Amino acid sequence: MHSNLSFEQAPPLSVPYRFFLTAPWFGVAAGLLLAFMGEDMLASRWTPAALAGTHLLVAGFMLQAMCGALLQFVPVATGGNIWQPGWVAAWVHPLLIIAVGLLVAAFLTQYPVLFMAASLGFAVALGFYAVVVGVALWRTPAQSATIVALRIALIGLVVTLGLGVTLSLGLAYQTDLPLLALTDVHAAWGLGGWALMLLAGVAYFVVPMFQLTPAYPGWLARGVPLLLLALLLVWSLLPFGYPDGVRQFVLLSGLGTAGLFAGMTLYLQGRRRRKVSDTNLLFFRTAMLSLVALLFSALLFVALPDLGNDPRAPVWLGMLAVVGVFVTSINGMLYKIVPFLNWLHLQRLCGLNSLPPTMNQMIPERIMRRQFYLHLTALACLLVAVWLPILARPAGLIFALACAWLGVNLVSALRVYLRFRNRIRAAA
Amino acid sequence: MIMLTESLRHHHKYCDDLFVDAEAAAAEGNWPQCQVLLSRLGDAIEDHFRTEESLLFPAFEAATGMAGGPTQMMRIEHARMRELIGQMRSAQTAQSGDAFAGAAETLLVFMQQHNLKEENILYPMCDSSLAAQADGLAAQLHDSLEPGCPTKN
Repeated sequence: MHSNLSFEQAPPLSVPYRFFLTAPWFGVAAGLLLAFMGEDMLASRWTPAALAGTHLLVAGFMLQAMCGALLQFVPVATGGNIWQPGWVAAWVHPLLIIAVGLLVAAFLTQYPVLFMAASLGFAVALGFYAVVVGVALWRTPAQSATIVALRIALIGLVVTLGLGVTLSLGLAYQTDLPLLALTDVHAAWGLGGWALMLLAGVAYFVVPMFQLTPAYPGWLARGVPLLLLALLLVWSLLPFGYPDGVRQFVLLSGLGTAGLFAGMTLYLQGRRRRKVSDTNLLFFRTAMLSLVALLFSALLFVALPDLGNDPRAPVWLGMLAVVGVFVTSINGMLYKIVPFLNWLHLQRLCGLNSLPPTMNQMIPERIMRRQFYLHLTALACLLVAVWLPILARPAGLIFALACAWLGVNLVSALRVYLRFRNRIRAAA
Repeated sequence: MIMLTESLRHHHKYCDDLFVDAEAAAAEGNWPQCQVLLSRLGDAIEDHFRTEESLLFPAFEAATGMAGGPTQMMRIEHARMRELIGQMRSAQTAQSGDAFAGAAETLLVFMQQHNLKEENILYPMCDSSLAAQADGLAAQLHDSLEPGCPTKN
């Protein structure tokens, strides 16, 4: 029999919001770390400060936002039933914050016990999270390219976690594991298998919805996640001995697949029916252009081996991917999700007798626009700072400011929500 | 087998197009034009709601016995969208670009997720539970949608 469950499955607002409101402050921490450490942090991807800063962004900013978004998105967009979302969020959210703090401290101090404690925190939090979300994603009867992408993304999260724990233990116990090679596999699964997969799955859904674009073609929507998964599996065998040519080929194929998704997104947005362009569109386009730039940078590094072998080359790629693609797209998405969820919950509370504030009254468009330009400035400075070290500290500060502004904007949106909610309650 | 809800799906797209034009006119500050386009949008959406609420939903409820379920939820969402269009009208009368943009943005996201719920969940349920009377009902739905809609030809 038909089920009407997916009509009304949105979790309480507090479930995604605790993640959303925390995420930007990890960005602030990463920016301040760069401002404090200065140019050494960008000299190579392997310095303790670079590893600490990277994980403040990927396991702090990105993971918080993505975990929160999935708890909201899975029930609403796929009809999947998440078991006790309030309870899950109450455990996973603080555990992740503690685990990131421990991991960053571990990188900066190199104390083995910190690596072990961080691993334990991530393993418990993400293991539990993956089981709960996985059950919802695999049991939903619905079928769509989005669901396939989200399922693969969750596998990507688990593999990233497993490799991360292995690496942590390797660092703690000084084992003879090929740590550098395993790090590449860990990073590929984290960025390509989890983050990009999730971004693609969500984009299939929201890009046509927010901008009234044509839908993604079916072959691309289904093909990109599967191709990425296949390439990730091949990439995972690389530590067991492959020539450099194969390595480059797999990397470029993966980035080419990502570039195809980005190019299609830009093409669809170019054909959007909506004539007004909002700030969300600017963020999304910047993210997609960064993804295309990532592909071309990698091609350039292969064509010019002297440049490609510079230790700054991977830092450039990482900056483009983490800040350019993911922090940017998350920032833009939060500007749609938070005002809309505020409005959605308020209109349910107030019935048909009063009008809740509209989305733009939660966060004014001109404020979002200004924060976008600050974020763009931060991204540009960070990218230039990779090659022009004197810019490292100012770039870190500007990035911290841009993230803080995002955090403040989300808090003001919440305050608009709370003010109106309290008014409804007082009137009732 | 004909798809009962085909014309309603097309009509969603038609309403989207009218929305886009009205929103663009307001963004340009062309308020007289906006008034014309907004009234066209309001009429089209009202036709859509009326068609669903007076023809499709009662038939679905009679066929399935599900009176308090998804159709009731859709009716509540219709009421909310009418209010948002009302907010857009007030903003247009007051020539307030910010207020119009806020209500329009909210209507767009709400309307899109409403349409997705209908197109992905409710319409397929209607298509299968009303298959026996699809021919007659499809023609009624088609005729009830407003005359300007390109699906009507």
